[in-house]
Amino acid sequence: MGRGNSAVADRGFQWLMVLCALSIFGIVVLIVTELILRSQLSWHAFGFKFFFSSFVDPDTKQTVYWDPVNGHFSALPFIYGTLVSSFLALLLAVPLAVGVAVFLTEMCPRGLRGPLAFLSELLAAIPSVIYGLWAMYVLVPILREHINPLLSQFLGWTGLFANENPTGLGFVAAGIILAVMILPIISSLTREVMSAVPNSQREAALALGATRWEMIRMGVLRNARIGIVGAIILGLGRALGETMAVTMVIGNSPEIHRSLLSNGTSMSAVIANEYAEAVSDLHLSALTEIGLALFILTIIVNALARLLVWVVTRGAPAQVLH
Amino acid sequence: MGVGIEVSNLNAWYGSNHTLQDINLNIPANHATALIGPSGCGKSTFVRCINRMHETNPIARVSGTVRIGELDIYHDATPVEIRRRVGMVFQRPNPFPTMSIYDNVAAGLKLNGYSNRRALDDVVERSLKDSALWDEVKDDLKKKSGASLSGGQQQRLCIARALAVDPEVLLMDEPASALDPVSTSKIEDLIFELKTQYTIVIVTHNMQQAARVAEKTGFFLNGRMVEFDSTHKIFTNPSDKRTEDYITGRFG
Repeated sequence: MGRGNSAVADRGFQWLMVLCALSIFGIVVLIVTELILRSQLSWHAFGFKFFFSSFVDPDTKQTVYWDPVNGHFSALPFIYGTLVSSFLALLLAVPLAVGVAVFLTEMCPRGLRGPLAFLSELLAAIPSVIYGLWAMYVLVPILREHINPLLSQFLGWTGLFANENPTGLGFVAAGIILAVMILPIISSLTREVMSAVPNSQREAALALGATRWEMIRMGVLRNARIGIVGAIILGLGRALGETMAVTMVIGNSPEIHRSLLSNGTSMSAVIANEYAEAVSDLHLSALTEIGLALFILTIIVNALARLLVWVVTRGAPAQVLH
Repeated sequence: MGVGIEVSNLNAWYGSNHTLQDINLNIPANHATALIGPSGCGKSTFVRCINRMHETNPIARVSGTVRIGELDIYHDATPVEIRRRVGMVFQRPNPFPTMSIYDNVAAGLKLNGYSNRRALDDVVERSLKDSALWDEVKDDLKKKSGASLSGGQQQRLCIARALAVDPEVLLMDEPASALDPVSTSKIEDLIFELKTQYTIVIVTHNMQQAARVAEKTGFFLNGRMVEFDSTHKIFTNPSDKRTEDYITGRFG
């Protein structure tokens, strides 16, 4: 084969690669366009009120947010459920994840560091439906029999743990299972930003007479805090979009209750549950609009998180104790 | 006030590497003592043994006795207690970048549980004056971060941070080797001032520096201390052939 042919092949290869790179951008654009087009019906029917309105049922006089048969659609209970379950998950996962990261980077014997980090990241490889099954068969019964009664007995006065729900499903169950699922990503990123803190910072703290904990606080966590916030937000991004496990344990009722033990629902759960059997075009369109809102929300959260992690780790190669 | 340091039969290892072998010397109180020698001779390891920083490395070991004043630091005290009495300044300035200048200086005091604002203000001012940084930073003590200063200023900030806890001994591990000549000479002037109040041990690659700031000088080679004497004697009339070879530039 002559050299001329290989020049053509080279150019062809270049174009192919450019095409591959552009396809990612193209897919995102297609998704957004499709979501916008298909949510037009709902957008024209409800406008911005879609995100915060409620209706009163004329027969029962009760507040209704989502009644596909009578054409009432409001995204409020889904947004509420997504936010409540995600923040509950953060509340549970963050202390644990930071603890795991501190242990692995600062305290763990070197030989154990690799295997333990590997195990903690393996949690991320378990399919979400498996978490859901585990939650349904193990977690929910435990909550129902033991934890929820205790919570409502001792913390019931706050109103956050009124136990009117005999199933064990609900926000607490969803929050716990989400916490387990986002634990690996938060702890592995926290580990990464903590390892990027130069060793000289640890020595500076130790030389001042810091104990090990003071050294970690002053020399490590303080320097890594922006990156840790990034890791937490990235975990939040995962939690917001998580569908399967949440759908299985959150209870799937489009209501808003103060109690965390009550049934709820989430943006992704309602789409998964209702899309295939939508009763009308407007129903379908409303579900798509919820999807669009979720898409925009997670894009923003993820971008913010990546930015923070990047700001902290750029140009700083991981350093370990010499 | 400074106290003397008495080192006997000090040995140190990194893994199987015997980095310090049978070191014996007496470092006088309220003087500057310089440690010189080629790279890897053990002089840095030696100062790290004086504040027990050596053992922060999991593969490091140490044996022998180091007395700071009356205190046997390896038997009668914890590393944390020792490091609160022995300040250290590192080769590369390492201020805490997320803390203000003020908080950097106050960091050690806060570890000791100081919280009285007025007392902290006084100590921060005194330490920054002692490290000759006060005039340059007094207007943005709480506005600027420690990392916003120049390299030389950062190093003086680190000296202020070490002085704030009122140590008896100040260890300096090549404190000027990452700095420009002007900053270097400021640090040297500072050492001259500080040695009236503290016992200073300075590791240096720069023999002129040792000659300028220190009354006593020790020459390290291959993990052993070859010679320890007055700086004048070491540089003009050393007893050991190897010291002479080193200071006349025949090796190292």
